[in-house]
Amino acid sequence: MPNRVAIVGIGQTYHTGSRDDVSQPEMVAEAVRAALADAQLSIKDIEGVFFGNMETFEGIYLPDHGMAAEVGAFGKPGFKVNTGGTTGASVVTEGFYMVSSGLYDLALVIGFEKQDCGDTTAAISAAAVPTWAKGAATGAIGEFAKQALSYLETSGAKEEHAAMVRLKADRNACRNPHAHLKLGLKSVDEVLKSPYLVWPLRLMDFCPQSCGACALVLASEKRAEKIHKKPVWIADVEVVHQEPFRAGVFGDPTGKETYTQHVACERLYKRNGITNPRKDIDMAEIYEPSNWEEMNLYEHLHFCDKNEGWKLIEKGITEIEGEFPVNPSGGVIATNPIGATPIIRVAEAALQIRGDAGEHQIARDIKTAMATALGGPNWTVLFLLKRSL
Amino acid sequence: MQTVTEKLEGMDVWIYHGQIYIPNTYSAGAVGSRFLIELRDKKRIMGTRCPACNRVYVPARSICKDCFGQLDEWVEVSDRGTVLTYAVDHESKPIQPMATPIVYGIIQLDGADTGFVHMLGEVDPEQLRVGMKVQAVFKEERVGNILDIKYFKPLA
Repeated sequence: MPNRVAIVGIGQTYHTGSRDDVSQPEMVAEAVRAALADAQLSIKDIEGVFFGNMETFEGIYLPDHGMAAEVGAFGKPGFKVNTGGTTGASVVTEGFYMVSSGLYDLALVIGFEKQDCGDTTAAISAAAVPTWAKGAATGAIGEFAKQALSYLETSGAKEEHAAMVRLKADRNACRNPHAHLKLGLKSVDEVLKSPYLVWPLRLMDFCPQSCGACALVLASEKRAEKIHKKPVWIADVEVVHQEPFRAGVFGDPTGKETYTQHVACERLYKRNGITNPRKDIDMAEIYEPSNWEEMNLYEHLHFCDKNEGWKLIEKGITEIEGEFPVNPSGGVIATNPIGATPIIRVAEAALQIRGDAGEHQIARDIKTAMATALGGPNWTVLFLLKRSL
Repeated sequence: MQTVTEKLEGMDVWIYHGQIYIPNTYSAGAVGSRFLIELRDKKRIMGTRCPACNRVYVPARSICKDCFGQLDEWVEVSDRGTVLTYAVDHESKPIQPMATPIVYGIIQLDGADTGFVHMLGEVDPEQLRVGMKVQAVFKEERVGNILDIKYFKPLA
């Protein structure tokens, strides 16, 4: 039985399109300082530092080379991970493994992206295997356009439903001081006037390019309650990988692919006695690069049956005041500093459990929350967070 | 939780501009090479079948991703297939193999169990449909490249 692990410090920068006022390590240090302040700890207390970033997204290789010493890692063990879109979840997983194994009592995990520095789509396209995909890699927009089209054609959803997801995200983002895009959208029609990037995916259907960082302090059971009066426990973690690119799309058009959310959920739910996620879990922060993918994920995370994802949004079930709130932070389509995006999901879910989310706090008491990450195509990391174990 | 930053307005800061260009090579491997040679010399699209999973991979690969078995059973699949999903790209970038608009498609070839990522051509955008039947158009001069298939065109 591994040792129990809790989140005892949460910090994030504000997120925005451009941060020319800071270097990459300076921006990351803001989140680290905020997390340490939240835990009322000094960097000297931290035993290991693990950080994640989408290597080359800033146009440099080995970003840790130029920044480890300035983000609190000087003289400490730890390493950088890059698992694509799931990077920010992988660092939390990594810190969880280290503390639960008993190696460390206090670990700092960091995710960041400074997207004003590089060309994300060029970097993603460079991930394609040259033999099969040279020239056929369209970056994230093309992939999620294909996913949106599959969903539009097969689920019964209309473009109006995607627009309703965007409206929900925007209403929530406007209440979140850390969110990037706060558009003040009022109607479905406003979203439907947004131009197409790649049909049927509109500009407003997709996540922005954000600069920002997020850091968490993870503590062992013996330290957690002495550090923070409201520790949030990482009850469980599940990681499932698919193969990048050749699976073709964020979905399963052949009907013969392993859908990693299914595998990950099956394992996580079974281990934790979850039979009805919407009843057994109080809220979720999910990694939805597009509003279309949010509806798709409702189904694949078993929040509803197949082809019913759009009905959840139509009925308001996933609104902040709804039966099962999803992404009260505004989610990824409001804020996307990619290497930080999944760790923000964990941070925001933890804040909801603590009751510290401020204006976007869910009114109902949140005892159990889920955070998800997606990358690849089709890699999945899931976290189950609890107020008490 | 604390946020310690405020956006600084009107600050004079230095920004360095750069561009990375990294020459590289990528070996197709024995199985990938045979696939490309069949494409070049015989205009045949080849897959490998996993007998344990009863699954045909196209393009051919040497390792089954489900059971991790070594694959050596070659099968020729049809040059015809079904469009599973697609995206129309109007944004021109140097990496792209043809002029925009480009229709990228995921095609399931008859006899294959996997999606095959390529492009669609000779197609009216209004005519594009998930489920439409298409056929490979091969280039006249083939060099042993996935782009020896020019594109897939709709079947009349």
